[in-house]
Amino acid sequence: MSNFNFGMTDVASRETRIGSLTAYKGSLSELASLTDSGEVSNCDRCFSQSGGCPSMCALGQIARIRDVLVVHHGPAGCSIQGVATNTIVKQLAKKRGIKNNTVYIGTDMNEEDTIFGAEGKLKDIVRTAYERYRPKAIFVSSSCASGIIGEDIDSVVEDLREEIDVPIAPVHCEGFKSHIQATGFDLSDHAVLTTIVKPPEGKRNVINFKNFFESARLEIIDIFKNFDVEPLFFYTNATVEELSHMSESLATVSVCGSLGNYIGNALEELYGVPYVRSINMLGIEGFETWLRTIGRTIGREEKIEAYLKAEREKYMPKIEELKKELKGLRAVIGMGPGYTFEVARVLNELGMEVVWGAAWHYDKQFEDRAAKPEPMQNLIDKGIDFEMSVSDQQNYELLNILEATKPDIYISRHNGTTVWAVKQGYAALFAGDEFMIFGYKGTLNFAQAVLDTIKNRSFEKNLAKRTKVPYTDWWYKQNMDKFFVGGNKKEGR
Amino acid sequence: MAKLLEKQRYKCALASMLSVQAIEGAIPILHAGPGCGNKLADLSAGASGHFASQIFPCTGVNEKDVVFGGEQKLRTTIENALKIIDADLFMVLTGCSQEIVGDDVEEVVSEFEDREKPVIFCSTAGFKGNNYKGHEWVINSLIDNYLEPSDTKEEGLVNIWADVPFQDLYWHGNLRALEELVRSIGLKPNTIFGHARGLENLKKVPSAQFNLLVSPWVGLDNVKKLESKFGTPYLHYPTIPIGAFETSKFLRTVAEFAGISEDAVNKVIDERESYYYYFIERFADTFMETRVMSRRFSVVSDAQYALGITKFLVDDLGLFPAKQYITDDTPEKFQDDIRKYFKDMNYGVESEVAFETDGYKIHKDIRETDYHGYPLILGSYWEKELGEELNAHFLSVSNPANERMIINSSYVGYDGGLKLIEDIYSVVKTRFN
Repeated sequence: MSNFNFGMTDVASRETRIGSLTAYKGSLSELASLTDSGEVSNCDRCFSQSGGCPSMCALGQIARIRDVLVVHHGPAGCSIQGVATNTIVKQLAKKRGIKNNTVYIGTDMNEEDTIFGAEGKLKDIVRTAYERYRPKAIFVSSSCASGIIGEDIDSVVEDLREEIDVPIAPVHCEGFKSHIQATGFDLSDHAVLTTIVKPPEGKRNVINFKNFFESARLEIIDIFKNFDVEPLFFYTNATVEELSHMSESLATVSVCGSLGNYIGNALEELYGVPYVRSINMLGIEGFETWLRTIGRTIGREEKIEAYLKAEREKYMPKIEELKKELKGLRAVIGMGPGYTFEVARVLNELGMEVVWGAAWHYDKQFEDRAAKPEPMQNLIDKGIDFEMSVSDQQNYELLNILEATKPDIYISRHNGTTVWAVKQGYAALFAGDEFMIFGYKGTLNFAQAVLDTIKNRSFEKNLAKRTKVPYTDWWYKQNMDKFFVGGNKKEGR
Repeated sequence: MAKLLEKQRYKCALASMLSVQAIEGAIPILHAGPGCGNKLADLSAGASGHFASQIFPCTGVNEKDVVFGGEQKLRTTIENALKIIDADLFMVLTGCSQEIVGDDVEEVVSEFEDREKPVIFCSTAGFKGNNYKGHEWVINSLIDNYLEPSDTKEEGLVNIWADVPFQDLYWHGNLRALEELVRSIGLKPNTIFGHARGLENLKKVPSAQFNLLVSPWVGLDNVKKLESKFGTPYLHYPTIPIGAFETSKFLRTVAEFAGISEDAVNKVIDERESYYYYFIERFADTFMETRVMSRRFSVVSDAQYALGITKFLVDDLGLFPAKQYITDDTPEKFQDDIRKYFKDMNYGVESEVAFETDGYKIHKDIRETDYHGYPLILGSYWEKELGEELNAHFLSVSNPANERMIINSSYVGYDGGLKLIEDIYSVVKTRFN
C-alpha cells in the first residue's frame, strides 16, 4: 500500500500523518523503547511561546527554486517572509555566480476579503504577476485566514492551468495545521512532486541531493567526480527543468532525514529512485558510512574506499590532536530532530558529553513507515544515552534546561536560540550551516570552533553581566516539563 | 480588497507586537498561530532584546482550536505567563484565526482584571490592517486600558510621538534626537519607547502639558484620543525634521505652541545652525564637485521619510525632486493633506507624490522617468537592483533595509541631517560621476 496520496493536493501535518511529537521529556533510550513498543505519545502544553509554522519551511524552500513565482494568499504578515526570502535567494544565487529571479508576492487580504472571499481577485493577481515575470512555475499558497474562510485555492489553480502554460501548484500552508515547521518541507516536496517532476525517460548519472544552502557544493561535486556522478542540489538554485528530471537519477540523498525523507521516499516509491537511508555526512563515522552507503547504492564501492583512505591520512592526525582538549566537555544541543542525533554522534566521537538534547520535534518514523530514524538507532546501538526533550523551540524550556545542566557549551542550528544561552552566560555556538561539520575537514573546523568558543568567554560574560533574564526565579526552580499535559509525561511532576 | 502586494514593505497589524516590545516592562501575549510571532519579528532590526519574539507567550492555536475555539488555551497561557514571565504589563494581541472563529478574547482577558500585574487586550488581527494601523491600535488600547487620568498637568512636560518602532529602522535614534531638540528649548520631553523609558514614562502621559506628534499621519488618532480623554492639546508636526532648515522651523513651531519666547528659541537656533554650517561649509566642495547637486531624486518609503527627506534635499541641499513614492498604504483620508505638505517648499518647489503599494508599478514609473542624469534614489532594499540597473546613486533608508545595520543612528535634527549627508555621499564617493 502506498504511503502517499498524490491524488490529493494537501498533505496532513506530521503530527497526524506519521505521529511526530512536539513535546516529550525523558532519556534517549526511553524514547527509543517507547517508540519500539508503540507507546510513544505526544504531550500537550498549557503554556507555550512563539515558534514556527509550516509556511516558513514550505514557501521558504520553494522560493529558492530558480525563477519561480510564489503567491502567498493572506494578510501582509504572512507574506512578509518573502522579504527575507528574497535576500537569501539573491545572495545564494550571487554566491554561485548565477541569477535567481524568483518573485514572492502577497495578496494583502483584508477584512472585506474574509467576508466575501477573494478567489477572483487571487486569480487576477496570479495572472498579473505571471504577465510581469513569466516565471517557470507558480506556487499558490493559502494562509490561516484564507484557509479558515474556505478559499478554494485548488479550484483557483485548476482554472489558471487552463490559461497559463507553466506548472502551477497549490500549497496548503495554514499555519495552525502543524507546530512542526518540517511539515512545510513535506508540503513543498508534495507540490514539486505533483506538478514539476516528470516520469523518467531514461537514467542519468545524477544523485538528487537535498540540502539548504549549498555551502559544500564544490567539495561535493569534487568528491562525486571520483565516482563519475554529479549531484543535483535542491531546492536552492535548482531550475524547474532540473527538478523535472529527478525521477531519472541514480539515487536521492538528504543532509537531514527530517528534511528529505518525504521526497526521497516518494521518488523511490513512484519511480524506483533509491533513497539513501544512512546516518548523514557529519563527523568521521558519518562521512564514511554515508559515502559507503551511496557507493553500495550506486555500485561504486572501490573508488570510495580509495578516496576515504587518502582523506583520512590528511586530516585524522589533526582531529586527534584537538580531541585531547575537547575530552569531557559537556554540551547541550538544540536543533531539529535529525541534527540532534547526528550532532550528538559527532560530539561523542570528539570525546565530548551530550548532557541534554533538545529536539524541536521528533519523527518516530519516516515516510516509509519503517524503523525509527537511522541517526537515532546509531546512538542506541552504541549505547549512547542522554537526557532529551522535544521542545518545539520553546525558549522557556531551553533556558530552564541550561540552568539545570550548566553545560560548557550550547550548540544550536536555529535563529533566535543561541543568543539566549549567551545572555544567560553560557558559551554558545551557532551551527546554522548544515555543512558545518561536513567530512573530515568540516569536523576539524567544527572541533576548532568549539574550542575557540569555550576559550574566549568575553562576549557572553560581558553581556550576561548586564542582562536581566526574562523569566521569574520561580520558573528556574521548576522542572522543564512543568507545563506538559498528558502523553508520555511522567507522573508526580 | 485583496491586492497584488509586490516588494512588500509593511506587515500586518499583529506586528504591532513590536510596539509593545519597544516599551520596557511590557510584553505581548499572542493569541495566534504558532509561527506568527517569529515571522513578524524583524531578525535584522535588533530583535533579541530583553523580551523578544522567542519570549512572547503564544497560544500557538491548532486545528482543534480553530474548530472548537481557543479560549481555554488563552486562559491557561495568560495564567502561566503571569507566573513565568518577569514583566509588568501583559498585552494580549489577537491574530487572524481566532478572530475569524470568534473567540471572546475580551471576556477571557477581563477575568484577569484583579491580578497584581495588568493584563490588557488589543485586537490586531492581520486582516484588519497593516502594522502602521496596528501600532495606533496598541497605543489606543494603552490609553483606554492602562492610563489613569491625572489631576495636575506638569508644566513643560511634552509627550513626543513619532513613527512606528522597528518598522522605522531609525526609531530609537530618532526619538532620542527629538527629545534632545525639545529639551534644547527648555521643555521636558517624555517618550515611552526604547532604553530606560518604558512604563514609568507611559504613566506620565496624561499629566503632560501637550502631545507632540511628529509624523505625517501615523499616531494622529492617538493624540486625538489623548485630547478627548485627558484634555491634553496636541501639536501635529507632519514633517520629521532633518537638517537645519526643517529643524529650525520645527523648533520655532514647538516653541510657539508651548509659549516660549521667540528670542529664547532664536538663540538656540543660532547656535545650532552655526554648528551645522561649520560642517556644511567644509564639505560644500565635495557636494559641488561630485556632481550630484543638480541631479533629481526620488524617495521610495513610508510617508514619514518620503516627506522628511524630500524637504531636506530641497530646502537644505537645493536639489530638485522627481516623483516621490509613499508605500505605507496611507489611508485615503490623509492623502490630500500629505500632497499639500509636498507643495510647501522653498522657492515654490513642489513634488509629485504617488501613494502606491505595488513595487512593480513604482519601479516601472522610475524607469520611465527622465532624471536628467544619474538619479538619486533613497529607498529600501527593494530598490537596490533597480539602482544598479539605472546607474543611480542608491541609499537604503526605509524598511526593509536587509543589507544595512542600523543600531542607534538617527536622521533627525541638525546632526541627523549631517548623518544623512554622510550616508548619501558615502555612496556617491564610491564611483567617478
